[in-house]
Amino acid sequence: MQDKYDIIVVGGGPAGSTAAKWAAMSGAAVALFEKDREIGIPVRCAEATAMDDLKKYVEVDESWFATIIDRVRFISPAGIPVEVNLPIEGVVLKRRILDNDLAIQAASEGAEVFTKAYVHSVEFNPGDYAKVKVKHIGEERIVKARIVIAADGVESRIARFAGIRTQYALKDVESCVQILAGNIQLPPNRIDIYISERWAPGGYVWVFPKSSCSANIGLGVIGNKIKTESPMQLLNKFLREIYPDVASIATVAGGVPVACSLKTIARDGLLIVGDAARQTNPVSGGGILAALHSGKLAGEVAGKAIHKNDPTISTLKEYQLAWDKTVGKEYRRFYRIKEWIQTLPDEYFDEMANLLTKLKPDEITLSKIFKLAVKNKPSLLFDVMRVFAGY
Amino acid sequence: MIKIDIDRCDLCGTCVGVCPVDCLELSEQVLTVNQGTCTACGKCVIICPMAALTLAESQG
Repeated sequence: MQDKYDIIVVGGGPAGSTAAKWAAMSGAAVALFEKDREIGIPVRCAEATAMDDLKKYVEVDESWFATIIDRVRFISPAGIPVEVNLPIEGVVLKRRILDNDLAIQAASEGAEVFTKAYVHSVEFNPGDYAKVKVKHIGEERIVKARIVIAADGVESRIARFAGIRTQYALKDVESCVQILAGNIQLPPNRIDIYISERWAPGGYVWVFPKSSCSANIGLGVIGNKIKTESPMQLLNKFLREIYPDVASIATVAGGVPVACSLKTIARDGLLIVGDAARQTNPVSGGGILAALHSGKLAGEVAGKAIHKNDPTISTLKEYQLAWDKTVGKEYRRFYRIKEWIQTLPDEYFDEMANLLTKLKPDEITLSKIFKLAVKNKPSLLFDVMRVFAGY
Repeated sequence: MIKIDIDRCDLCGTCVGVCPVDCLELSEQVLTVNQGTCTACGKCVIICPMAALTLAESQG
């Protein structure tokens, strides 16, 4: 480890590794600090995403794919299933392998990667190097950086050292638990989404196949709707009722931002990316694509700032502007949809499911479902249609 | 004050994300709370997926 770098990235998830890769490609001296002992573990993620969007950001490798998805089945609160062809190709990832590979790509471009490297605090000094206090395998170090890229996930502490309030309101974060289930048989090309206030208030239960005999089964509950039962207890209740025989091969907990992105994601000497910047799709909770997108933008802009010898907001704001007018804009729309979905009672979903079961299976499409869903709130139709235009 | 049940804690950091006074810290191996700055607002207790945090009466 050097005493100083042009750019230090804190956090080795997809956003951090991607930022480190693109920053290193610009020729800057880059270090990536990951607090855990191995990048890619634990996997706090349901792992489903859209193939075409993934391909926009990375050259994909088949070893990242657990299953390819072409169908989705919604199960209403009363248990009425509605099965639909996906208008896009979906994929359930092997995040462990993906995250590993992204870090390897960053390293191949020259970024120095450190694991068991925990950043305690950062002292930002406008106009001068930031001082990053890191404990690396037990040794305390102070390492200087001209730009810090905060990719520290839902905790989002790094940006707080620059005076940015990153804290979530409870209504803007989902509290999630998931098991990797064994002893289960299911079609490997279909994901299941259960909607019910009883199991996942304000969120949903997902069953995403990792193979024909294993699946990620998890749920998320919106923070302000958590009552007496914890998400772990709710998941156990779901498993007892729907999948009583599964074996739990792994259990993970985690928080998923379902918020608008942070307003300020760039400052003098600082960029914030991925979950740390609340860059997730507020309807689905998906964050992989946004992480890859923002990581690339941030890495490129940071590299450019070093090249221009201007690590201040006057160059770094390009990242903020680029995010705001691309995915950031889409996600602000999605946030309005999320806020509306939150208001819908279970009966509403059952009524919709009943209407849909009267159609022939081939006639049911995702866009038809959503058009039907917004019949009482036509002002949202435009927003909903945008969901199907990407992301 | 906040009590942490380390047997339940999954080190996911969700509590750190909601703490309004930044009194929770997660290093690789352990979650710690700075009881001095904690205001006992209880947000971390609510959001914890594993119910690993509880609000306890402070002593004395």
